[in-house]
Amino acid sequence: MAVLSRSEKLAILADAAKYDASCTSSGSVKRNSLKSGGIGSTTGMGICHSYAPDGRCISLLKILMTNYCMFDCHYCINRTSSNVRRATFTVQEVVDLTLDFYKRNYIEGLFLSSGIIRSPDWTMEQLVEVARKLRVEHKFGGYIHLKTIPEADPDLMTEAGRYADRLSINIELPDDRAIAAYAPEKSGKRIRKTMATLGHRIGEAKVERKANRKAPLFAPGGHSTQMIVGADPSNDAKILTTSSGLYGSYGLKRVYYSAFSPIPDASSRLPVAAPPLIREHRLYQADWLLRFYGFTVGEILEGGEGGHLDLAIDPKLAWALKNRGGFPVDLNRADRETLLRVPGLGTKGIGKILSARRFGALRLGDLERLVQSVRKILPFVTLADWHPGGRLDSLSLRARLTPPAEQMELF
Amino acid sequence: MGGAASSLNRHAELVSASTLQSVPSVREEEWTLKQVQGDGTKGGELLRITLASETDIAGWRDKARALLAAEVAPDRVIWDVEGRAATGDLLAQGDGAIPPPMPGAKLRIAKELLTTIETALLHRDEERFALAYDIVFRAQRQPKLHRNPADSGIKRLNAYAKSVRRDIHKMHAFVRFRKVGEQAARERFVAWFEPDHHITEAVAPFFRNRFTGMDWLIVTPEASIAWDGKALATGPGGSRADVPGEDAVEGEWRAYYGHIFNPARLKMDAMRAEMPVKYWKNLPEAELIAPLARSSAGRTQQMLEEKKAPGLFVGETQIEAKPEFGSLEELYEAMAKADLPRKGFSDRFIPGAGPVGAPLFFVGEQPGDVEDQEGRAFVGPAGQLLDTALEKAGIDRDRAFVTNAVKRFRFQQRGKRRIHQTPTAGEIDMHRWWLDQERLLVEPKVIVALGSSAARALAGKPLKIAQWRGQPLDYAGDAKLVVTVHPSFLLRLPDEEGKRIEREKFVRDLELARELAA
Repeated sequence: MAVLSRSEKLAILADAAKYDASCTSSGSVKRNSLKSGGIGSTTGMGICHSYAPDGRCISLLKILMTNYCMFDCHYCINRTSSNVRRATFTVQEVVDLTLDFYKRNYIEGLFLSSGIIRSPDWTMEQLVEVARKLRVEHKFGGYIHLKTIPEADPDLMTEAGRYADRLSINIELPDDRAIAAYAPEKSGKRIRKTMATLGHRIGEAKVERKANRKAPLFAPGGHSTQMIVGADPSNDAKILTTSSGLYGSYGLKRVYYSAFSPIPDASSRLPVAAPPLIREHRLYQADWLLRFYGFTVGEILEGGEGGHLDLAIDPKLAWALKNRGGFPVDLNRADRETLLRVPGLGTKGIGKILSARRFGALRLGDLERLVQSVRKILPFVTLADWHPGGRLDSLSLRARLTPPAEQMELF
Repeated sequence: MGGAASSLNRHAELVSASTLQSVPSVREEEWTLKQVQGDGTKGGELLRITLASETDIAGWRDKARALLAAEVAPDRVIWDVEGRAATGDLLAQGDGAIPPPMPGAKLRIAKELLTTIETALLHRDEERFALAYDIVFRAQRQPKLHRNPADSGIKRLNAYAKSVRRDIHKMHAFVRFRKVGEQAARERFVAWFEPDHHITEAVAPFFRNRFTGMDWLIVTPEASIAWDGKALATGPGGSRADVPGEDAVEGEWRAYYGHIFNPARLKMDAMRAEMPVKYWKNLPEAELIAPLARSSAGRTQQMLEEKKAPGLFVGETQIEAKPEFGSLEELYEAMAKADLPRKGFSDRFIPGAGPVGAPLFFVGEQPGDVEDQEGRAFVGPAGQLLDTALEKAGIDRDRAFVTNAVKRFRFQQRGKRRIHQTPTAGEIDMHRWWLDQERLLVEPKVIVALGSSAARALAGKPLKIAQWRGQPLDYAGDAKLVVTVHPSFLLRLPDEEGKRIEREKFVRDLELARELAA
């Protein structure tokens, strides 16, 4: 029986990890190695060290400890009944690989996850041990993201938080019934309970840090989760309501959406179709509206039909087209909250408008210098020398602002 | 160059005139600006200021301060850098002496603006020093000038700063170190990089803070920077040849790059926007981009079309090579600890039985009532039937290892009797990893699945016994898998004739296993 080389294991266990969308290394504390004399730093801002042909950032070494798994979740390539090649890294192999890659400036750090073998506790112990070795024995100052196992002992979670920048638990599907149907060994209740504990501890540690700068860190980069889009029949309303609930109740930093991709040796209960990339993109836009633009789930859904977002245009434009009564907005007078609702205006553009208009009334020429493109903005705003007139109420406005269909196909 | 600066000024004046009308208090400053400009152009004489190097930002600050104090208008100054090919106005020969400061000159500049300028001055555009001076000159009269992103000079300065910051960010990201050895227990690394702007020295602190624990050298065409654990050093530029052509870990990095990519989501434009082609020549992973993109459509299609019939090669891909335990005893000890008794199961853990190295590995479903009481596998009625059949098939029991997919008895209590309950698929699956470990330790030539629970445990998915029995299937580790019924099935058959036929079939399956193990 052939013994697998580190490189062969890496190929198998990277393959197994690629369906996790998250690869961020931002939002943690700033750290460097000047004092410790070790290796690694975090700048607060993530760095993408490479980009894969799928356009996604490669910032972390994203691998599984093992892709053996006791669980049989239908959407997962590593489920126990899947016929994929299996491999297991030792703790030392993951530590060495992380350091070898880091020292060559290939990565910002490690994103470690695992299939569940032997028992949830045992598996979680392995993950924690990797993080401990890196931090304590190798004075590693880079980014560490651990995917935690909700079924494991809460004490292990505490230990994980001591070494990791970010912890995550994937909820995978938007409601408990879907979880029960597609991931029989998992329980939505249990996942949420662990998330709540995690959110609570992160918040607690932050408060302690404020009172005492030497208090121990606990996952300073916060926690996140992922939902798979298109594997089960849930609509966008269900997904966004779940996200909004997660942000509100558990203090999550991010909810990632991952368009369900066909996986090799797929379970027969899953759709056989190309991944719904546009839908994923619209969900991210909607997520942004929830977090940074003061929209509610209800408002976002007004723009679509039957609980689904409008796939042809972005959700803010879709909302504005159905609420034309609130427009046009005077760019020289409107407050930030109102400006945030103007299609085509982002938070950066709004910042520029607010500071430029202190120097005098803005004109069309000024706006052109302040934002990337005025095409989508103009029907909804007035300026010192601009009024949209009948454009705003025109029946063909939607058609004119809808990008041509062939550009929508992202591949 | 003077022409460019004065056109910037004229433009600034136009913008100010159009936007300042509603703010009377600032209009006065507008007037001052016009006055000064008049003074500057009247002087007529051009000044050539030469800076020590392309990154001589301190020099620019000193000169700009003196020029501002003397109220020298931007269009009278020509900025040059030592060693740059001679350009510009022939009228300004040699270094012009900066006139003495005007009496009572007070200089003011916002910190925010100065930060932007210092970044923008690393831009490769030769006009950047003039642009920056023009802005600080105007800022004396319009202290909040930098807050107006609609001003075209500020817009250009911001664009330069942004471009420099992006270049710095990309250098942080795309430098690739190659190991060149070790010295005094410190690893040594070298990298080659080609930045767009004059940023090499500016990025040095980042690399020092990150790679403190190793020695490194980064070579660019214009300059080189190095760290030895004590101090940063800068030196002259070099060439790609200064850096070794390969590093042992690059192969693994390429393997990672190739496998983390999801072929179902090809988005080449998004990728090129963030990792422009100009960087590719120095990235070890870039050679994979074209082949990955080409093959992706085919790979996705293949996954979509793949038929899901169970292959003949069950378990073929279960290639985990090494057992994780030193012995069966260690395995069972760890397993009994990890696999705690659940509701509906007996407390007693029943390990497999037989010699390590046995060529035949029999897997049943779970221990029964008798096994649970005696603590040994296959000792009840079904075990006795198996013994008889083994004997008939000519298999020495010493050459066989017997075990179960699930190691505890699952039952339902009915009065005094404990009725056997088939374990669920989930329970079987949870024990698969352990069963695989057991097999790795025993290293059999032939594996026999007794019944559908055992077949599921071994193949990882349901296998129809009727469909697959009687033919050897390829299994991991060059072993063969034979599937057959569980002996208890033979016990349950009602009529004698049926029993006889089924027992013969069962013995034939065992004979096949014996032949394969020979």
